[in-house]
Amino acid sequence: MSSAAPEKGFSVRRLPGFGAVAVFTFAMLYLPIVILVFFSFNAGPSQAVWEGFSLQWYEAAFQNRQVRDVSLRSLGLALTAASIATVLATLAALGTTRVGRFPGQTMIYALINQPLMVPEIVTGIALLIFVAAIKVQTGYDGMGYLVAAHTAFCIPFAYLSIRARLETLDPALESAAADLYASPAQAFRYITLPLLVPGILAGFMLSFVISLDTVVITEFVKSAGQDTLPTYMLGQLRRGVTPEMNAIATLFLALSVMIVTAFFLITRTRGR
Amino acid sequence: MVAPVDPADPAGAAADAPPDVARPGGWAAHRWKWLLCAPALTVLILAASGPLLIVVVYSFLTPGTLGGVTWEFSTDAWFRVFFRRDIFDPDVVTWNTSHLAIFWRSISLSLQTTLLCAILGFPTAWFIATRPPHTRTIWLFLITIPFWTNLLIRTFAIQEMIRNNGTINTLLQGLGLIDGPIQMMFTDFAVLVGMAYVFLPLMVLPLYAAMDKMDFRLVEAGYDLYASRLMVLWHVILPQVKPGFIAGSILVFIPAIGAYVTPRVLGGGRTMMLGNLIALQFGQGRNWPLGAALAMLMLIVVVGALIFYLRTVGRNDGERRV
Repeated sequence: MSSAAPEKGFSVRRLPGFGAVAVFTFAMLYLPIVILVFFSFNAGPSQAVWEGFSLQWYEAAFQNRQVRDVSLRSLGLALTAASIATVLATLAALGTTRVGRFPGQTMIYALINQPLMVPEIVTGIALLIFVAAIKVQTGYDGMGYLVAAHTAFCIPFAYLSIRARLETLDPALESAAADLYASPAQAFRYITLPLLVPGILAGFMLSFVISLDTVVITEFVKSAGQDTLPTYMLGQLRRGVTPEMNAIATLFLALSVMIVTAFFLITRTRGR
Repeated sequence: MVAPVDPADPAGAAADAPPDVARPGGWAAHRWKWLLCAPALTVLILAASGPLLIVVVYSFLTPGTLGGVTWEFSTDAWFRVFFRRDIFDPDVVTWNTSHLAIFWRSISLSLQTTLLCAILGFPTAWFIATRPPHTRTIWLFLITIPFWTNLLIRTFAIQEMIRNNGTINTLLQGLGLIDGPIQMMFTDFAVLVGMAYVFLPLMVLPLYAAMDKMDFRLVEAGYDLYASRLMVLWHVILPQVKPGFIAGSILVFIPAIGAYVTPRVLGGGRTMMLGNLIALQFGQGRNWPLGAALAMLMLIVVVGALIFYLRTVGRNDGERRV
């Protein structure tokens, strides 16, 4: 319907001024990030005056033991939480997709999507209360709390990606496998699972990025000495900013952008 | 009855059952579905939904002296959300004006953020929707990328732009346009800019989705009937993208009302929002029940917005079907 409009001097798709606002919006969206990245390579400490190219802030960041620690902790936490969340979300997606309606389905959907609807600060203080109570009872103050909190927060993202993929799979494929005397286990192993891999991969990557991004929940759940990169940055921002932060931010930005790009490429091939 | 299902292999069995047909057999027939969901639900109940119920309980307890609670029932926390008692005469009850001011700021800043996102988002979504189909994906990708990158890093980027010796002030001073730096950090303006920056994609994406479905023949018909561009925009385009507008507004408003990081970094102590007030009760404030009650209040506002959204969008769908 939309391609029916012939290209003439007068286009029904043009609204004066809209293009300018759009270009302005895109520029505003990227300008702060570009400036942040640009000045991470600055030889001087300024965020506005270019004093020549230098990698000194990256060197400083790498030599900062604390930065190394929190970065590794963030990556480890994201890897653990995203892995667990992906496995659990895959099982849940298999249990709820293409299976028809069943009692309690709405409740399962509500529980899975709940972390998306509740503001992070509310989840954060709820976990703070809960974790404080468990700590008093058990004395355990390891990384388990953060892993559980991040996993729960990642599950809806992983679930939605995997479910989206699962919905596109034709049940006839599995019927065909059954017709050819494949056991249900074989049909799952050789038909369903390989076809589901892009969805699982996408779910994992999304979860990984979400876990890396999570700052509020981490801030309230973490015990002493469990800073992740975002909470470390949040603490540093109060004390005043050095270009070292630009360097760290740039590295993590690059990581996120790479993962999200890969995610897009994987989910785009789905439609073909 | 359905044949016994191997729980390790649901998909094969699922394929045998025709979809969307409720099978007889009650819970037993559906048990494997629940078993598959059980691990995820356990984690979610332990680390997301369950603790929320504890917050409700805590909001009706008495604060402990060093944080935490003592297990005595009290409605004092909820009372303090809105009111305060005079220190010298406990019978004199007045509105808790400092809390009310923070509620008002939260709502006002969230609405302003929504409006700013709508003003910038509508032309942007229109721009994307009217590109040739093969470049649309790229523009959409460009909108989505910032959304998936770290919120703290984006807030940090805004801080670098607007702080006193940041990019904008240094540039303006270098050009000789201003003598001293313009104070932008730690103001409501900074919070507004930061939130609009961070939440803009949430407005653009649903607007784009609505425009993508739009019937451009109606726009053409409007012009054929001698409508001006403004009239077409108002009477033809806006009614068609209204569901996208509502969806985008709710999607921006909800995280804005729950914002914590952006007002903390860009706003400072004097421009607190509800999220910061909640956090304060678990830090220096040492009044966990009050913090719990405030968190419940935030949740009520968010759920209210969601219900409003579901009702309006539901009604719009109904209208279109008629």
